[in-house]
Amino acid sequence: MSAISFPEPAVAIEPAEHAQPRPRRWYRQPALASGAILLGIIVAAAIAAPLLTPYNPIKQNLNDSLLFPSAHHLLGTDQLGRDTFTRLLYGLRTDLRIAFIAVLAPFCIGVTLGSVAGYFGGWVDVVLMRLVDIVVAFPFYVLIIALVFVLGPGQRSIYIAITLVGWVSYARIIRGEILVAKRQEYVLAARSAGLSAVRIMARHLLPNVITQAIIYAMSDIVQDILAIVTLGYFGLGVPPPTADLGSMINDGQNFLPTSHWQLTTFPGLAVVVVGLSLSLIGDGLADLIRPGQS
Amino acid sequence: MLDVRDLHVRIAARHGIVRAVDGVSLQVAAGEALGLVGESGSGKSMTLRAILGVLPHEAKVTAGQIMLDGVDLVPLSNSDLNRIRGPKMSMIFQEPMSALNPVMRVGHQIAEGPIVHLGYNRARAAERALELMRRVGIPDPEQRFRAFPHEFSGGMRQRVMIAIALSCDPEIILCDEPTTALDVTIQDQILRLLAKLCAESGVSLIFVTHDLPVVAQICQRVAVMYGGQLAETGEVREVLLDPRHPYTLGLVRSAPDVEYVRHSLVPIPGSPPSLVAPPSGCRFHPRCKFAEEDCRVQPTPLRELPGGRATACLHYERCEEAVAADRIGP
Repeated sequence: MSAISFPEPAVAIEPAEHAQPRPRRWYRQPALASGAILLGIIVAAAIAAPLLTPYNPIKQNLNDSLLFPSAHHLLGTDQLGRDTFTRLLYGLRTDLRIAFIAVLAPFCIGVTLGSVAGYFGGWVDVVLMRLVDIVVAFPFYVLIIALVFVLGPGQRSIYIAITLVGWVSYARIIRGEILVAKRQEYVLAARSAGLSAVRIMARHLLPNVITQAIIYAMSDIVQDILAIVTLGYFGLGVPPPTADLGSMINDGQNFLPTSHWQLTTFPGLAVVVVGLSLSLIGDGLADLIRPGQS
Repeated sequence: MLDVRDLHVRIAARHGIVRAVDGVSLQVAAGEALGLVGESGSGKSMTLRAILGVLPHEAKVTAGQIMLDGVDLVPLSNSDLNRIRGPKMSMIFQEPMSALNPVMRVGHQIAEGPIVHLGYNRARAAERALELMRRVGIPDPEQRFRAFPHEFSGGMRQRVMIAIALSCDPEIILCDEPTTALDVTIQDQILRLLAKLCAESGVSLIFVTHDLPVVAQICQRVAVMYGGQLAETGEVREVLLDPRHPYTLGLVRSAPDVEYVRHSLVPIPGSPPSLVAPPSGCRFHPRCKFAEEDCRVQPTPLRELPGGRATACLHYERCEEAVAADRIGP
């Protein structure tokens, strides 16, 4: 018997070239996963509202006003006899829809203007960034409330106000990212290949920088929801009788002394949970797709 | 075909005006490979970028012409140049990793030129990309088409760069040290590939490098740059084996060479000249051991020598003597 024995390899070793690195799955990110599940439940409940509750969110039933929670009315009823749980679901429906739509226009406008400012520089950059400075000089909510007050309450005003105020953050983020990215050699290579500025921005630079804007969009939606709820609270939001979390909080607070606390607390909690889930998604996304991190 | 005449490039820097390229003239015939050698900061890359019209913002072509097929490129607008960059000339970069877009599939990067410049539709451009990937020796092109640059090795990435450069059938490819970032065996493969492709399709090359053996391998003619000016031009063999400029001689002596064994490498003393306030007369005179009084004063334009070569040195006979001494010596 020979003194030296070579152990058999336990497993066939694959050539390194074929070894696939394990992809980073979204569900391996605890923040992203919990946020996505939470938001998924809320959105599903809001969309399925007509299936989840037999009541009409608008129809008044003064005989049943200000009931306490029971098996029939999970969260009781408000002063006009409308089921609070139903109004909560429909309120989420309204506010989430407005928030998700409202974030699109500032995202597109901000990303476009930020790209132009960052890529071309010069006077275009100076003009656009001074404009950004002017908007940023005012607090977000103050400016939104003032704008909606001027434009008059309603969805259209909310969209316009959020667009006018919201684009600046995207523009700043994308401009900064483009300033860094445009010094990369692949941009020089693209220019050397005779590609137009528009094509270089859209096809080469944006895919490299857009993730930052998407991550920011998550926290921006939270901001927008808070703005929509705040406007509703001040009576500048969606006009009654449409259910809206802000107006529910406002209506309910008159009944806090009579221990109808559920009228205010649950819409408030809903806002908090929506905000939390979106923030978790934003954090998780940041960890997952921010380039250069493993 | 490409005729650069008396090119001047100046860069506005904080400490003054940098005369990065100062009166460079180059001619490249169809199918010819011209080597452009010199140490860092001698203006090689700036010359390439000026030819392609992609100078940095601070840099400007202040004089001279860049004639491509009889058209001067210097006064052309960016959009006019975009019709030339790609279909007529293209560039290969030193670092293929950073010169490829990290988030774009390589097949799409190769197909982009034909879509933009040749008006191909997506399917036809993809066909073209696959054909190019086969031509530059990327195995399994159908599989690799959808891969990202980080999934390629350094040599394969450079092959992708070459495929992109070839994608619109240019007349001339400008290479900015395309093999410097690769290890020697891959370097050899890439050089052979470039030489083969050029021979096949009659593409001209300008090959910027500081690696003399690379120039010897791939180029027919060479231009040596020093301090933003040309020091010497001529046939590769003649210039590298029998230099007529002390700077070329210094470069040859400081490069290891198996055939021409020396006891030790001889470095060039001193450091490259400031291009903000360049030395008077011959720019190489502070570092030149043959320098005489007239080198300090007299401007040194290129002078034609017999055999189609030219030198900027006033006392090039000294080099002849030194080369002869080297041959006999140690």
